[in-house]
Amino acid sequence: MKAEEIRSMIIEVIHEIVPDEDLSNLKPDIRIRDQIEMDSMDFLDIVMELRKRYGITVPEDDYMELSTLDSSVAYLEPLMKDI
Amino acid sequence: MLAGKSGVGTIQTHYMGEVIAGMCDFDPLRYQRKKELRRGTRAGSIAIYCAHEAVADAELDLDSADKSRIGIYLGITEHGNVETENEIYNIKQYDYNVDVWSHHHNPRTVANSPAGEITLNMGITGPHYTLGGACAAGNLGLIQGLQMLRLDEVDLALAGGVSETPHTFGVFAAFKNEGALASHPDPQKASRPFDRDRNGIVVSEGGCICVLERLSDALKRGARIYGEIVGYSVNSDAFDYILPSPQRQVECMNLALKKAGISVADIDIINAHATATREGDKAECQAIREVFGSNSNTYINNTKSYIGHTMGAAGVLELVGNLPSFEDHIVHQTINLDNLDPECALLNLVINEPRKIDKVDYILNNSFGMLGINSALIVKRFAG
Repeated sequence: MKAEEIRSMIIEVIHEIVPDEDLSNLKPDIRIRDQIEMDSMDFLDIVMELRKRYGITVPEDDYMELSTLDSSVAYLEPLMKDI
Repeated sequence: MLAGKSGVGTIQTHYMGEVIAGMCDFDPLRYQRKKELRRGTRAGSIAIYCAHEAVADAELDLDSADKSRIGIYLGITEHGNVETENEIYNIKQYDYNVDVWSHHHNPRTVANSPAGEITLNMGITGPHYTLGGACAAGNLGLIQGLQMLRLDEVDLALAGGVSETPHTFGVFAAFKNEGALASHPDPQKASRPFDRDRNGIVVSEGGCICVLERLSDALKRGARIYGEIVGYSVNSDAFDYILPSPQRQVECMNLALKKAGISVADIDIINAHATATREGDKAECQAIREVFGSNSNTYINNTKSYIGHTMGAAGVLELVGNLPSFEDHIVHQTINLDNLDPECALLNLVINEPRKIDKVDYILNNSFGMLGINSALIVKRFAG
């Protein structure tokens, strides 16, 4: 999966998790949870969706890598290159 | 209800295909955000909807109320079966890998969940909990609310009961294997208490929440008073896991009458618990006959014949369905009663047509549940 596809996938997952939020102005380099109403249980849903959809396990120590859209793409790109 | 129309239909379940059930028809997004629907439970959604409707009907302004003095007390027959079954169904798609078991499972399945969801949605900070009372639970919610008002623990109680039970296949399967699940080619004819051909329970969703206040507070704010709870009782059969005990039901009704300080002749309507099982209906009729004997002032009906068995909501929901009788003196009928079982042939059973009577001052609601829990509640017309 390419970087832009990964970015779209993450936004789609976030939309499912917080369906009331407007994601159209989500800044790629600012912490996602600072821009929309999203708590730690919601965040865990992102981790869960990655596991369910792609079999990717994100260790707890790496959760920080998923804090912004840009950092998420950078972190996931090598893990998803063959997907 | 006076038109005699059933609301029962069918739904699809995991593992059992189509089953007969009564389902709530409402828009949850009227009072909840989409995220709340995703995080919460169906029971929570039903409860939140009922709570908002109750507050609106009572013309309460929650924003100016002391929300720490509002208590939420909801009866439940069971909670957590639905959410647990959903998760097991979910992990089955992943070869039972428990790594995909939802982290939302615990907040969804804790027993206070439906009541707690109301507090989250409405910002109420007083006490909240559910009362597990099998199918007697709806009355327990009201009784608990009343007791907390009397103890001055709260100034207002949102009290009632809720059921999301049709979403758990396990309850249907267990009733079926016990020979107590209703079946009929026409779902609307499936719930048939007191009928010779009754064959079991129609499992239904349901919710009903009442605003309870001390009379002095209700009068002070000029509230519309639907009725006064004047008597109640809860007791136990100490007899069997599922079979009822008519003798303990007799004691339960008598205790409620005693607490209300009235006699059998004062009760105008008995809203029977009867769920359309063979033994259950027979036992309740035996108990009513023993308490009320040949008293001709009392009329008897059954609401489950319309809506099925709304489990944790049943007591309060069926009671509230009868409150309009205080104003119009019309007793709603028991529908689907085509061939009265001689063992259920109670005096003044209101069958298939509504009955206009001279006065309605007191209504008694029976609700009984598994493990032998019995509850009776008496509501009095507010005379001013």
